[in-house]
Amino acid sequence: MELLGKTNIDFIGKRTISFIISAIISIVGIIGIVQIGRGAANMGIDFSGGTSMQLKFAKPLAIADARTTLHKSGIDKVDLQEIKDGNKLLVKIAGAAVGKQSDIVQAAFKKEFADNAFTVESSTEIGPSIGDKLRKDTLIAVALSLLGIILYIAWRFDFKFGIGATVATLHDVLAIIAVFFVMGKEVNLLLITAVLTVAGYSLTDTVVVFDRIRENLHKNMKSAMNTIFNNSINEVLSRTIITSLTTFLASAALFFLGGEVIHDFSFALMIGIAVGTYSSVFVASPIVVLLEERAAAKQTGAA
Amino acid sequence: MPKGTGWRISLICAFAVLSFLYLTPTLVAKLPAWWNGLLPKDKIHLGLDLQGGTHLVMEVDTLKALEGTLELVATDLEDTLNNKNLRFKRISRTAADKVSLVLYEKGTADAVQKLIKDKYPGYELSPTFDEGGFVALTMRINEKDAQDRKDKAVQQALETIRNRIDQFGVSEPTIQREGINHIVVQLPGIKDPQRAIELIGRTARLEFKMVREDISPSSATIPEDAELLKEKSVDPTTGAVSEIPIVVMKKSMITGDLLTDAQVRIDSQFNQPYVAIEFNSLGAKLFDQVTAANVGKRFAIVLDSNIHSAPVIRERISGGSAQISGNFTEKTAADLAIVLRAGALPAPVKIIQNVTVGPSLGQDSINKGLFSGMVGILLVVVFMAIYYKLCGMVANLGMILNVIYLMGALAALGATLTLPGIAAIVLLIGMSVDSNVIIFERIREELKLGKSPKAALDAGYDKAFLTIMDSHITTLITAAVLFQFGTGPVKGFAVSLSLGVIINLFTSLIGTKVTFDLFLHKGTAKKMSI
Repeated sequence: MELLGKTNIDFIGKRTISFIISAIISIVGIIGIVQIGRGAANMGIDFSGGTSMQLKFAKPLAIADARTTLHKSGIDKVDLQEIKDGNKLLVKIAGAAVGKQSDIVQAAFKKEFADNAFTVESSTEIGPSIGDKLRKDTLIAVALSLLGIILYIAWRFDFKFGIGATVATLHDVLAIIAVFFVMGKEVNLLLITAVLTVAGYSLTDTVVVFDRIRENLHKNMKSAMNTIFNNSINEVLSRTIITSLTTFLASAALFFLGGEVIHDFSFALMIGIAVGTYSSVFVASPIVVLLEERAAAKQTGAA
Repeated sequence: MPKGTGWRISLICAFAVLSFLYLTPTLVAKLPAWWNGLLPKDKIHLGLDLQGGTHLVMEVDTLKALEGTLELVATDLEDTLNNKNLRFKRISRTAADKVSLVLYEKGTADAVQKLIKDKYPGYELSPTFDEGGFVALTMRINEKDAQDRKDKAVQQALETIRNRIDQFGVSEPTIQREGINHIVVQLPGIKDPQRAIELIGRTARLEFKMVREDISPSSATIPEDAELLKEKSVDPTTGAVSEIPIVVMKKSMITGDLLTDAQVRIDSQFNQPYVAIEFNSLGAKLFDQVTAANVGKRFAIVLDSNIHSAPVIRERISGGSAQISGNFTEKTAADLAIVLRAGALPAPVKIIQNVTVGPSLGQDSINKGLFSGMVGILLVVVFMAIYYKLCGMVANLGMILNVIYLMGALAALGATLTLPGIAAIVLLIGMSVDSNVIIFERIREELKLGKSPKAALDAGYDKAFLTIMDSHITTLITAAVLFQFGTGPVKGFAVSLSLGVIINLFTSLIGTKVTFDLFLHKGTAKKMSI
């Protein structure tokens, strides 16, 4: 079976459009990162410090009631979220000290909803010092892994390809953050894990395309740069899509069936895989073409 | 059989057998009796997010430990100077690392300086200076000794906490030091996390102090050698808490480090639990002296600066046994006995991270993780079979092999499986067929050029090799970084991911290739099901 027959799409020619789209995504992503850095995004308590609890009630519970109950007990800044199956309630209190909030919340619910028993399914309390350390460590981790990837690609291919791959990878990372930021989803350690995984994985597609371009460049010295690049991308298009598709299928299974804890994580993976496929075709290669053209123009200008 | 096939097949089979061998302790609930000696016993541990339990990070207040040491030095100096008839006005700790002495005369100061130099070589001594007509000098613990003291405090705290947890009875706890002053404690499958946390985090400093009946607790001025503490009592019927202030001597007569044992006993008369304590020989001697000298007076049993009770000494108590009674439930008595046996923490600890997962959520996560994993595998298997027909089935075989090897490797390392770890495995299922997709697409191209199946196969593998290496190495780079920086669940993810990537290289470049070689080695096959 074949999904795509022989294609002949002018990918490089569409670079103006693709660059505009990618620029917008990247800008949103950068805004997201700045907001995360300032702690203004929806930060998970592993970064901000605080308390988060998952409670399972015997009977359905109105969020508004839960909120007033907590307000009465002096907890003003609370983020409540309902999990549909099984009367579950997520309580998130940012920036609170370890050891107190959890007790207050339990006492308040016990008193106010005496006829609606609950169990604490999980509770996480993180002190602010840990959050700070984690935020620093995470920044170092992201920077280090991106640096490692850049160095490796620059070593394996030439410098212009290295830049193309790096920009594409950064683009994928920014895209995930942009989506999470716009949707107001929580930025936590699992998201960072997903982002780093995607950074490593999305290069697979880029490498497949680059390998073919390099091969064709060696074979064919006469054709125009655009033609060689376009042909190469078209030749490997079906495998670019299928490799992503298999991994996407697996992530989708996690997304739909894996449960609450890894829901956002697999969502980030799905975005990353989709965007990674797009960027290997529409971002990485056109950038290399752009750089090659500039180099060529300089040469003719000099001669 | 074609050349070079034999060793590859043996390798594949050997790895498979090894994997199953390592997986046996994980899969079999109870190992048979003959399973001993060199056979592996490690199994895949479930992370706290999967089996439920508590993960604590505690910070040891090392500054307090240092202050405690200097308090002792100050008291000790007082005693020594008194014994030597060297008169002083005041000796006290004035900063975390500093003890100040105020003396009457220059002559005593010289003697004191010499004495300190001999007795406390690790301290820096300031020259004497004038303080309101008196002669003053300060001694400061040097940087290295201070660090040593702090370091030792964390080490002691770790040992004490380990002791307490051992006596509390938790299976497979993890207690580790992290960084300079953090202690990480993992208690898998614990039923009553709140009680455990209280047990671990309590300083448990036991002191016996004489009550100063001559000073009223409400008096405005309390002398320097006394302090005001409170006795808390809970009314068993109403649950109301009342606090009685009592003035006691600052100096303690006997401390908890002189105990050899503490046990819960039940009072036969009132059916009330109490804690029976035994002193060591020094403690017994002190206790004997103190009780003999103070019959008819009250002494306070002080636990972490709260008075537990303040009984009257009815008679001299020799033999080194005593009891702490009153206000106990069986649980609180048992917990007190544990902390007294295990000893006090050298400094207070603060819990800075507490992650508790209930067992029901853990089971739910395992079920969902496994189910979604199965569905993921199924989706990929079906897709590959349809898209690449027989060759797709070979890729599927490689993928299954991949999963078996990965589980085996995780078991061999005694790794901890977390929910993100399961996600990594599912992700790897998708990635493991990727390599084959790259190879197959290349083979299809070569076939279209009119090559024979065997030639196309060889060309496909050759040309795809570098691409596959590149894509795996980039993933490995991020996995390594995640491992270095991640904690708990993220670390589990990194372990699964990096193992999976390495195994995947093996199965896709050797595992599936050998299958094709077996069928196509003669080069006579006319068609390929791809």
